[in-house]
Amino acid sequence: MARETRIWLKGTGRDNPLIIGIHTGGLWVARRLHRELGITSPVGELNIAFYRDDFSRIGMHPRVAPSHLPLAVDDRHLVLVDDVLQTGRTVRAAMNEIFDWGRPASICLTVLIERGGRELPVQADVVGRRLDLHPDEHVKLTGPEPLALEIKKSE
Amino acid sequence: MTAQDTQLDQYGRLKHFLTIEGLSRDLLLEILDHAESFAGVGERAVKKVPLLRGKTIVNLFFEPSTRTRTTFELAAKRLSADVLNLNSTTSSTSKGESLQDMLHTLQAMYCDMFIIRHGNSGAAHFIASRVSPDVRVINAGDGRHSHPTQAVLDMFTIRRHKPDFPRLRVAIVGDVAHSRVARSEIHALRALGVPDIRVVGPKTLIPAGIESMGVTVYNELESGIRDADVIVMLRLQRERMRSALLPGAKEYFNCFGLTNARLRVAREDVIVMHPGPINRGVEIDSEVADGARSVILQQVSHGISVRMAIMAMIMGSLAPGREAG
Repeated sequence: MARETRIWLKGTGRDNPLIIGIHTGGLWVARRLHRELGITSPVGELNIAFYRDDFSRIGMHPRVAPSHLPLAVDDRHLVLVDDVLQTGRTVRAAMNEIFDWGRPASICLTVLIERGGRELPVQADVVGRRLDLHPDEHVKLTGPEPLALEIKKSE
Repeated sequence: MTAQDTQLDQYGRLKHFLTIEGLSRDLLLEILDHAESFAGVGERAVKKVPLLRGKTIVNLFFEPSTRTRTTFELAAKRLSADVLNLNSTTSSTSKGESLQDMLHTLQAMYCDMFIIRHGNSGAAHFIASRVSPDVRVINAGDGRHSHPTQAVLDMFTIRRHKPDFPRLRVAIVGDVAHSRVARSEIHALRALGVPDIRVVGPKTLIPAGIESMGVTVYNELESGIRDADVIVMLRLQRERMRSALLPGAKEYFNCFGLTNARLRVAREDVIVMHPGPINRGVEIDSEVADGARSVILQQVSHGISVRMAIMAMIMGSLAPGREAG
C-alpha cells in the first residue's frame, strides 16, 4: 500500500504531501503509512463527528479526540487515509471538514480495505486490499499495535 | 417532576440543560470532552460545523447579560444554527403577554431551542416542562437558583490547568448568598470529586446551613484561600450594599478584595477565576484581574466551546437512540 501510494504520488507529480488520517482506524493506518513513506511533516488527525450525516438519527457520537491539522492545508497535496471504504459517507464528511480548514491543491484517497456497499460516488485512488464481503459481514481494524483485521457476521 | 428529572431522557441522555444537580460525573466529563473537540473549531479558517444546520435557536433574556448571551449566540452560530435574540424590554412581555403565551407563539414559528435567562428561580424548568416534546431548553441563569453552563465552563477551565480534580482545593469567594454561580459550581465540583471546597465571605453574604452542601465556611480571606489551587471570585452585587448587608465597597475591598499581596498565601500555581462582569477595586484588584494567575478571559473563550457541546448534546437527544453495539 505504501509502495502503491508512492508510485501514485510520483505518477501524478504530487510532491511533499500531507498525510491525514480519519479517527480512529484511519489514523493508525496513516501513521504507519507516514513512517513507511518517510514523510517529515506531521500526520493530521481528522475527527469527522461534527460532519456526519446521521446526527439527526443517532445524535452525538461517543467522545473521540478532536481534529488536529498541524499545518495549513491551503495549496497542499493531501493523502487522506481511512481503514475501510464502504458507503463513502465518511469520506464525504471528511472532505467537507477539510475544506473548512482551507483549500488543498488535491486530495488522494488511500484506504486499507475496499469493500462493496457504496452509497455515494466515492472511489479510492490507492487500495491496500479488496475484500468481497457479504452485506451482513463487518470488517473492523483493531490496533494500534499490532494492526489486525477482524471479520464478523452480524446476527 | 423536578428539574433533575426533566432534563434527562429515558436513556439518561441530556434532553434539557437546567441544573447541575443530579448530573453524574460521567455525564459532566462527557460534556467537557465534547467541548474540548469543539474548541478546535475556533482555530480554523471556517469557524463553523454543520451539526445544527436548519435549526432555530431563540435567546430569551429577561435580565441583562453580555457575555452569556453573546457566547450562546456565537456557539449557536458556530454550530450553523439560526439565532433569534429577544430581550424582555423589546419583546411583547412588556405589553403584558404571559411567558407561556410568548412560548407558544415562538413554537408556532418552529423554533427548536430556547435559551432562557430569567430573574425567577425555576423559570427555565417551568418552560421546559411545558414546551412540546421536540423543543429543547437551556437555563442561562434563573434567579438565585443556578447558572449551570457557567459552572461547566469553569470546570472546563479548571481541567485545562489542573486536570486532577480529586486533589484540588477550591475557594469560592464573595457574595455566595446571592450567587447562582456559586451554587452550580459547588454541585459540579462535588460531582467531579473535589475534596476541599471552601466558601469565603462575610457572614451576611454566606447563606446559613451551606455546610450541608459539603463545603467549609471561612469568614476571613487569608485563611480561606491558603494553599488554594483555584480561587473563584464572585461579583459583589452593588445593589446589595443599599440593603445594609455591607458597609460599603471600600470596606469590602479592605477585607475581601483579592490583591497580589493576599494571593501569596495561595499555591504558587493558583488560578484566579471570575464569572464576570468584574468590579475592579471592589472584589478584585486590577493587578490580579490582569495578572499572570488570572484566567478570566480564558473563561469567556471556553464558554463558547462548552455551550456548543451542550447544545449539540441536547439536540442530539432528539435522535431515536443509538443502536446497541
